[in-house]
Amino acid sequence: MPQYLALTYTADVDWWAPEQAAELAEYRRFAVDHAGSLRASAVLHPTATATVVRVEGARGGRVVTTDGPYAETKEALTGYYLIEAADLDEAVAVAAEIPAAWGGAVEVRPVIVAK
Amino acid sequence: MTVEAVAETIRVEGARILATLIRTVGDVQIAEDAVQEAVVSALAAWPVSGVPPQPRAWLTVTARRKAIDILRREQARRGKEEEGGRMIDLARSDLPSDAVVHDDLLRLIFTCCHPTLSPPTQVALALRTLCGLSPAQIAGVLLTTEAATEKRLTRARQKIAAARIPYRVPPPDELPDRLPAVCAVIHSLYTAGHAPVGGGSAVDVDACAEAVRLAELLHGLLPDQPTPAAVLALLLLTEARRPARLSATGEVVTLDRQDRSHWSGAAIARGIALLNASLHASSRRADAYQLQAAIAAEHARAASYDGTDWPEIVRLYDLLMSVAPSPAAGLARAVAVAEAAGTDAGLALLAGLPPSPRWHAVRADLLARAGRYAEAVAALTASLDGPATDPERRHRTRRLAELRELV
Repeated sequence: MPQYLALTYTADVDWWAPEQAAELAEYRRFAVDHAGSLRASAVLHPTATATVVRVEGARGGRVVTTDGPYAETKEALTGYYLIEAADLDEAVAVAAEIPAAWGGAVEVRPVIVAK
Repeated sequence: MTVEAVAETIRVEGARILATLIRTVGDVQIAEDAVQEAVVSALAAWPVSGVPPQPRAWLTVTARRKAIDILRREQARRGKEEEGGRMIDLARSDLPSDAVVHDDLLRLIFTCCHPTLSPPTQVALALRTLCGLSPAQIAGVLLTTEAATEKRLTRARQKIAAARIPYRVPPPDELPDRLPAVCAVIHSLYTAGHAPVGGGSAVDVDACAEAVRLAELLHGLLPDQPTPAAVLALLLLTEARRPARLSATGEVVTLDRQDRSHWSGAAIARGIALLNASLHASSRRADAYQLQAAIAAEHARAASYDGTDWPEIVRLYDLLMSVAPSPAAGLARAVAVAEAAGTDAGLALLAGLPPSPRWHAVRADLLARAGRYAEAVAALTASLDGPATDPERRHRTRRLAELRELV
């Protein structure tokens, strides 16, 4: 069965903050309603906690880490769901139920599955 | 048979064969490659050996064999066994029935017009797969380069395969949402054939016929849906006047000089009936197709150019501009206003529209009518500094010579 990674782009919020509780509950409800087609999921800490890692030159080169990137745009990557669906129509139908789809956007990417 | 005639036969048959092959193979790229290889074989063989008595059968069976070859190569590369089912289907030598091809073509339409593809990609895919146009021809229609079109098509095929855009006709409850995109593609196909931006002929007969056929198919499958009926009406009403648009020598004949006895009365009657049915079936305000069809119907109804109900046409263009504003509609509205309210009113409207070669040509026409010949010459000269079909260019050049006499 094909798999799709649904990346949620929403306001760059701290999901642990009390004011997010109601919205987080909506996500939990989505996860329960679609448990049958979800293979994995994660909610991310805000972009303020992010670190970008680069290695200079080639493998073994100097490791350079930078703080951020802070979300400069209105919407940041805030989580993902791994959806199993028969085709893109089904995957889009499930993605359209993720609260991020109306609060922000959901990017649906097909996952390469070894043949 | 000339190479051109062979190529034409292949282009017409290609879409039918491809539509069924995509379903059998389950991959647009492989099916397209197989049809392409069959076409190359035909182009090499037919001009020498002659076109076989049943070109469709020849191409179908050859394309299936090519698909088997491609699948075998793939399976050797991957070191895996091919599942037997599709190989058995591909090894058949009988042709799919018209009903099967009919359904497959609709599947192909809905896949090409899938909402997860961008509108220009939908048009490019439809032109490639359903009309068999080359990337260079598509680039001409989309006003882009051949390389950009190739890239767009490659990305689209990749997405269809990797993201699994389904190869099926949507269920009835989803149809109203999916139809506008399909209708837009069919209308673009017709426009591409009817008014190509440049090139040897003013009218590409086969793209128009293909678009009408697709519109017939769509309307035939969904006779109660208003939008496909309106698109078919629009195409038929436009098509009905086509025989009068060019003279016997292939020169452009403007609407005011067309011999209306050459218009197809049967197509006009059918177009008007379809438009009425479409308007009757829809509860919402008229959409862009219904309005354009209504404008075409007004022209078709008029016994003469002078007998045209220009105020009604202006009213319809006003509605069209509020529903779907476009440069082309704006220009056509200015012409209608010039007829209904006077040349100066038309020129005043034109002044507020963005210039284009067509804009200059329309302006030249209105200036000439106002007796401002020197300005008309300048405008018409400017209109020739841009893309136009050869007949249209000859028409403007001829008109330019006439106007120079009057200055």
